[in-house]
Amino acid sequence: MALTDTTGSHRVARLRRRARSVGGLALSLALTLLGLLLVTFIIGRVMPIDPVLKVVGERATQAQYDAAYQAMGLDRPLWEQFLRYMGDVLRGDFGRSISTGHPVIDDLRRVFPATVELASLGTLIGVFVGVPLGVIAAARRGGWLDQIARVVALVGYSMPIFWLGLMGLLLFYGILGWVGGPGRQGIIYDGMVPPVTGMILVDSLIAGDWGSFRDAFSHIILPASLLGYFSLAYISRMTRSFMLEQLSAEYITTARVKGLSERRVIWGHAFRNILVPLITVIALSFGSLLEGSVLTEIVFSWPGIGQYITKALLSGDMNAVLGGTVLIGTCFVGLNLLSDILYRLLDPRAK
Amino acid sequence: MTREWLLTDAPQTRRQARLGALYQGWLTFRANRLAVLGLVILVLLLLIAAFAPWISPQNPFAQDLADRLKPPSAQHWLGTDALGRDILSRLIHGSRVTLFIVGTVALIAPVIGLFIGTVAGFAGGWVDQVLMRVTDIFLAFPKLILALAFVAALGPSIANAVLALAVTSWPAYARLARAETLTIRNADYIAAARLQGAGPLRLLIGHIWPLCVSSLIVRVALDMAGIILSAAGLGFLGLGAQPPTPEWGAMISDGRTYILDFWWVAAMPGMAIFVVSLAFNFLGDGLRDVLDPKGGRE
Repeated sequence: MALTDTTGSHRVARLRRRARSVGGLALSLALTLLGLLLVTFIIGRVMPIDPVLKVVGERATQAQYDAAYQAMGLDRPLWEQFLRYMGDVLRGDFGRSISTGHPVIDDLRRVFPATVELASLGTLIGVFVGVPLGVIAAARRGGWLDQIARVVALVGYSMPIFWLGLMGLLLFYGILGWVGGPGRQGIIYDGMVPPVTGMILVDSLIAGDWGSFRDAFSHIILPASLLGYFSLAYISRMTRSFMLEQLSAEYITTARVKGLSERRVIWGHAFRNILVPLITVIALSFGSLLEGSVLTEIVFSWPGIGQYITKALLSGDMNAVLGGTVLIGTCFVGLNLLSDILYRLLDPRAK
Repeated sequence: MTREWLLTDAPQTRRQARLGALYQGWLTFRANRLAVLGLVILVLLLLIAAFAPWISPQNPFAQDLADRLKPPSAQHWLGTDALGRDILSRLIHGSRVTLFIVGTVALIAPVIGLFIGTVAGFAGGWVDQVLMRVTDIFLAFPKLILALAFVAALGPSIANAVLALAVTSWPAYARLARAETLTIRNADYIAAARLQGAGPLRLLIGHIWPLCVSSLIVRVALDMAGIILSAAGLGFLGLGAQPPTPEWGAMISDGRTYILDFWWVAAMPGMAIFVVSLAFNFLGDGLRDVLDPKGGRE
């Protein structure tokens, strides 16, 4: 009886600890998002372009100007403006984009799937090449594959992504003609598939349109491989160091002494133990690809959020810039949190 | 000064000990051949930047529309761009811009980080809580996007690019400096200095900062390549140096339109960026061996 009692109280204590850690996570998430909004708000305020002038135009009278100034709430104290901004953003209202004329949230809804499609495929490539590469590099430490993996990662860390993209276009599109050129689809297929998810690869599969799928694939494969390269540089290094840590542990020696095959030792024992930290790495890498897609999208004229933000930047369209920044920032923070939660759920040692 | 004098186990003077330690570090560094290669490349780059007006074969701003988009030749070693300017000369002058941006960011960001990190770690309590919360918030943001938004708000220029990169890259240094401070804070020698009557400011500047510096230097050296790439990215988007300044990232952007027919316009500046950031990565690796022996090699 006493025994069950203690386990019961243990369980309560554990639940309470978990609840507190979840509460802590939620608090830090809320604070981070608040910080994100504060920073974007401040950036929006220091913008030298007069937002009122953008709305009323150059030839407005002073009275019209003042009316718009008041209507936009710019005469209110800063903290009140911030609260209003926060309320708007929480309702998904980022204002209207000056260059496209649509509400920013509608624009974002249109361009974001293109970026997600690109970054997802990039991450998939990074995982399916990077993880085995890292595992083998660790297993054959100092071997030729380890050296190659090292060079691949080092080059990946030193290469400007937009430049590699241009060179890729030159080689695979201009000279070899293996892939489709810039953009998401060729002119013939453009807009042929009814949008469901906004990701053309998925949509064309849903519609059963193989021609469209093949065309979209030939366009996405080059930018996605490019992002995949950068993600595999990171993933393979991390995988390698996680594996090395495991392989020096005593249980590996035990497994070898038992006479298990090297393959069982590496994939069955060591690899299983790095899965949890690996998930964290993959989530972080996906987040950085969302960000890294900005430069890639410019090079490949990919109509995603990176191109949207950059175009808005150059035309001084601050609502669109800040809306895009908040969206990417939120995804980034969300992915961090997700990997944190997964880590806590999957690894019983994590406190 | 002989080798034995430098390598002695029982140095007679402070100076001898210091020089000996430096020499030991150099020996470790020299063993890493790639690091030496990186150092050589960077010294060359410094020299090129310093003597740019004298060694560049032509005026980097001189346009010659009759000679535009010419492939590499004896007269223009790396070809000419869309305005007929000599690409090699522009690359040579561009090294100044690159070094300026990277150098200033690498000076500003770690100093902000050092200050915030050590104050947080040394003060502890709510000061620590608040400073680290702010650091975490900045750390959670996507860096490039934030830098973009900053430059957009302040207007594109080299100075603003530097500012944006510095503002987005200090948090990592603050984290590092705080961690170092926490391990040093309770050391006996700090207690001894405190007993001698040293105030918090003196402890911080005289006793804690010097010990944080070496790990920060390693981190900066390893981050240099990333800073170069971000700066080039800003230039590529037209948010860094403005034309006609020969900035490498902006030069790639100029060549983008002609990539399929006149590849060298974009290819050459990209090679320059790649070589320099690779050199920084090599150098950082070697410095880690020397300055951060506890980190060790992977």
